[in-house]
Amino acid sequence: MSAPIDFRVDATAYRHWQVEYDGAVATLSMNVDESGGLFEGYELKLNSYDLGVDIELNDIVQRMRFEHPEVKVVVLRSGKDNVFCAGANIRMLGGAEHSHKVNFCKFTNETRNAFEAAAVDSGQQYIAAVKGACAGGGYELALACNYIMLTDDSTSAVGLPEVPLLAVLPGTGGLTRITDKRKVRRDLADIFCSIEEGVKGQRAKDWKLVDEVVSNSTFDETVRERATIFASSSNKPDVESGIRLKKLERNITENNVSWSTINVEIDRAGRKATFHLKGPTEAAPSSMETFQAQSDQAYLLRLCRELEDAILHMRFNEMDIGLWVFSTQGDAKLLAEHESLLSENAEHWLANEVRQYWKRTLKRLDVTSRSLVALVEHGSCYAGILAEILFAVDRTYMMEDEFEDDDRSLATITLTDANFGPFPMANELTRLQTRFIGEPELVESASAHKGAQIDAAKAHELGLVTIILDDIDWEDEIRIFMEERASFSPDALTGMEANLRFAGPETMETRIFGRLTAWQNWIFNRPNAVGSEGALQRYGTGVRGNFDFERV
Amino acid sequence: MASTLDVSYDTRIPNNVGLGQDRKVLKALEKWHPGYIDWWNKLIPQNFQNSMVYLRTAVSVDPKGWTKFDYVKMPEYRWGVLLAPQVEERTIPFGEHKGKPAWQEVPGEYRNMLKRLIVIQGDTEPGSVEQQRFLGLTAPSLYDLRNLFQVNVEEGRHLWAMVYLLQKYFGKDGREEADDLLRRSSGSDEAPRMLGAFNEETPDWLSFFMFTYFTDRDGKMQLESLAQSGFDPLSRTCRFMITEEAHHMFVGETGVGRVVQATLDAMNKAGISDPNDIANVRDLGVIDLPTIQKKLNLHYTLSLDLFGQEVSTNAANAFNAGIKGRFMEHRIKDDHQLTNDSYTVKNIADGKIVEEEVPALTAVNMRLRDDYIRDASGGVGRWNKAIKKAGFDFQLTVPHEAFHRQIGVFASIKADPNGNIITNDQWEAGKNEWLPTLEDGTFIQSLMKPCYEPGQYASWIAAPKVGIDNKPGDFEFVKLHMA
Repeated sequence: MSAPIDFRVDATAYRHWQVEYDGAVATLSMNVDESGGLFEGYELKLNSYDLGVDIELNDIVQRMRFEHPEVKVVVLRSGKDNVFCAGANIRMLGGAEHSHKVNFCKFTNETRNAFEAAAVDSGQQYIAAVKGACAGGGYELALACNYIMLTDDSTSAVGLPEVPLLAVLPGTGGLTRITDKRKVRRDLADIFCSIEEGVKGQRAKDWKLVDEVVSNSTFDETVRERATIFASSSNKPDVESGIRLKKLERNITENNVSWSTINVEIDRAGRKATFHLKGPTEAAPSSMETFQAQSDQAYLLRLCRELEDAILHMRFNEMDIGLWVFSTQGDAKLLAEHESLLSENAEHWLANEVRQYWKRTLKRLDVTSRSLVALVEHGSCYAGILAEILFAVDRTYMMEDEFEDDDRSLATITLTDANFGPFPMANELTRLQTRFIGEPELVESASAHKGAQIDAAKAHELGLVTIILDDIDWEDEIRIFMEERASFSPDALTGMEANLRFAGPETMETRIFGRLTAWQNWIFNRPNAVGSEGALQRYGTGVRGNFDFERV
Repeated sequence: MASTLDVSYDTRIPNNVGLGQDRKVLKALEKWHPGYIDWWNKLIPQNFQNSMVYLRTAVSVDPKGWTKFDYVKMPEYRWGVLLAPQVEERTIPFGEHKGKPAWQEVPGEYRNMLKRLIVIQGDTEPGSVEQQRFLGLTAPSLYDLRNLFQVNVEEGRHLWAMVYLLQKYFGKDGREEADDLLRRSSGSDEAPRMLGAFNEETPDWLSFFMFTYFTDRDGKMQLESLAQSGFDPLSRTCRFMITEEAHHMFVGETGVGRVVQATLDAMNKAGISDPNDIANVRDLGVIDLPTIQKKLNLHYTLSLDLFGQEVSTNAANAFNAGIKGRFMEHRIKDDHQLTNDSYTVKNIADGKIVEEEVPALTAVNMRLRDDYIRDASGGVGRWNKAIKKAGFDFQLTVPHEAFHRQIGVFASIKADPNGNIITNDQWEAGKNEWLPTLEDGTFIQSLMKPCYEPGQYASWIAAPKVGIDNKPGDFEFVKLHMA
């Protein structure tokens, strides 16, 4: 097995980015190291990116919130002359397995969503300062910023050239954000997405592709001014210093990956992995000051970091493991106490960041293309935040009554405020609202049991679990379910699950992960893009794609 | 078709493309015209605008006799739209459409690629005029002043030629791009020219000669490859531009040659035998050969950068599309499609310069640069002949292609003029030996004094062997308006 793709970044040695901190304003410069590709066979020319570049970006965005809460405005710019960013590296895409492309796009989408939401969630605004060519994924980076400034040097342009140039889509939110976020009129968007050269100057502003077009000679100065103004008008409270996120400790063996609070046990023959989450063992911090002093070792932050790393590790490095089983063990009451410190101090910057982080991580779970199942066993601690896992997965199985030779406390579920608002899904509904989309009154009845330890029978009655099983049936039923699941086509399962998980309204985010991604993934499988004569394969050779012109 | 050989002067814009009948394009060009005249008027110092310059104007595109010489004030120069005669039944000479009839209209699928190539080419034309705008003030003779202005007005005409293509074939987008060609300006903070070499200053006349010899030669190579284009109007336009461009290179080659000659003559006269005796040579009021070598190093390497990346997707696409060919495409013996061919390019591996075989299609830029290097060596040989004939042991040489590069694989390393990879420290220690220093520039500037008397030449440059249009050396090539 080759070295796994590692999402744990050494923040002291970014290869592709430079960050300068200056009080409330941070400047994030993209300066991709051409020879720093994650894999062999391509050079990251013209500030193009691959997964390795994006892993660093994700890390920076994350640290900006935890380590630099004093930052209110982040200016995203290029560290290279004449080019802002040319987007995802085409040769990398051309050479990549389909599964890698899909995973890569999902991760980059998640990163963009994360910094886009930083303004609302954390009061950190991103300004894209665009100088030079800004094409495809480059413009998508800018689109995810809260404000786009383009220099008017008569050459710099923003563009989405994927369709004419590569026969694929701007799949990192591009097609969705121009219409849903920037409200570009659809016919103008149609022109914009059909021209390789992009749109520059005043027209880019007129078409709402950028927020501001700035004279080239005063560009840097104007960007600084805007950053200062945004920072001073921000209502983000001043925070003196953040906390340090140290590199996660992780241990990988052949069939086991473990962190301090999580152990993932891989059953290769059964194509499944069980995520064992451990509840807290120590009392909740008495105050946010204590929490902050515990820093990245505070239980709920540590668990969240480890869960995120586990999700990403398993997504990228264990592609054949199609079924993820969630299991928790611990003291539900203690867990709820840890959580209530955060909810009671929701205005505290660090409490807020940890909660927002959980929101993002739970969303990662929602969009993970694996069958997800949760087991509510005796001794488990599905309370509040961890109970959200029950409503994120495709099915839940809960133990009912006492099991022979099992002296653990009886399985229960504890609902808290966490299940009724702070952790919405991409559709902006809570997981319970989505679950009970046709019976909103069931959300009410669940809410009435907040704080109580809900046993299996009650949980079943309230519709919180899929199936409750006693000692006689548990083992066999679950074995049969897992064997059956493992036998189905993984493609059909991915499609089925992704459709069933997101009932309710569409949002920009669901459209990105649903409509845009699904179409992109279809195109990524079509010969016109990826066949030996397809545009993506032929890119760089000088020979054009040879298309089958049948409309499907 | 004899009619396309002659130029029609009945519209405001002289042309051989039937503009008189093409009301829409004529209107568009006439709308663009005032902006152009305005650009020109603001560019070159006013006293030169009012001077009478002995210029050639194209009156036909017949290679046998296409020019007419006369005195003209530059703003009144008849900048025309001139295309080489159409070749009957011309076919696309290369790429995947090879053998099909050449396009007379823009093929929709290549609209963007064509437009981009035309815009980049168009952007260089006014760029060089902007770089050279103040040189008139220090002209070493009226003969050279005329040559400068000739080059300038013809670069202006080349801009016209590209603008015509944009206006005629690329609709609204093309018109906007045409406007932007006047918006960008060499070295501007606001909107610089697209290519780096065209934002560098041309501070003195030796730079001008080096520029016309080396950088205009890049222009020639680009025009040669665009002249092969399957898009016939572009091909015809470029074919005629090449005819004019030849004179620019002549100005460069003879210009450098005359600078060298003046140095050789002065050294011989003063009895200096060591060309490296820089201080004493400079005291003679001429430019020493080592400094000429440094200038050559600079302009040659900036020009190599204009060829772009050695391995280039854009160049491959343009070739395969039949839009931009190779130098002397018709003389190359291959399938003109490069389906299975490879080409050797240089690359850096483990700190060494290595040769690699890559698909020839992706190495079209590299091949053009190799052709350029051969083409550029001819004049250097002739300068060396003069040095040898004058009895000096000195040779001007073009540096290795790895030396002083900003674009392509060599941009990542430092190399000396012989192509040895060196450390940053070695570069810092050697660069003053290889490239012009501030002090060299100051010295050359000190020589740049105008010499406006007919038949007189500045100390640092020899008289030409023959004048332009067979006029004698003391002919008044420019009747200066010294208001």
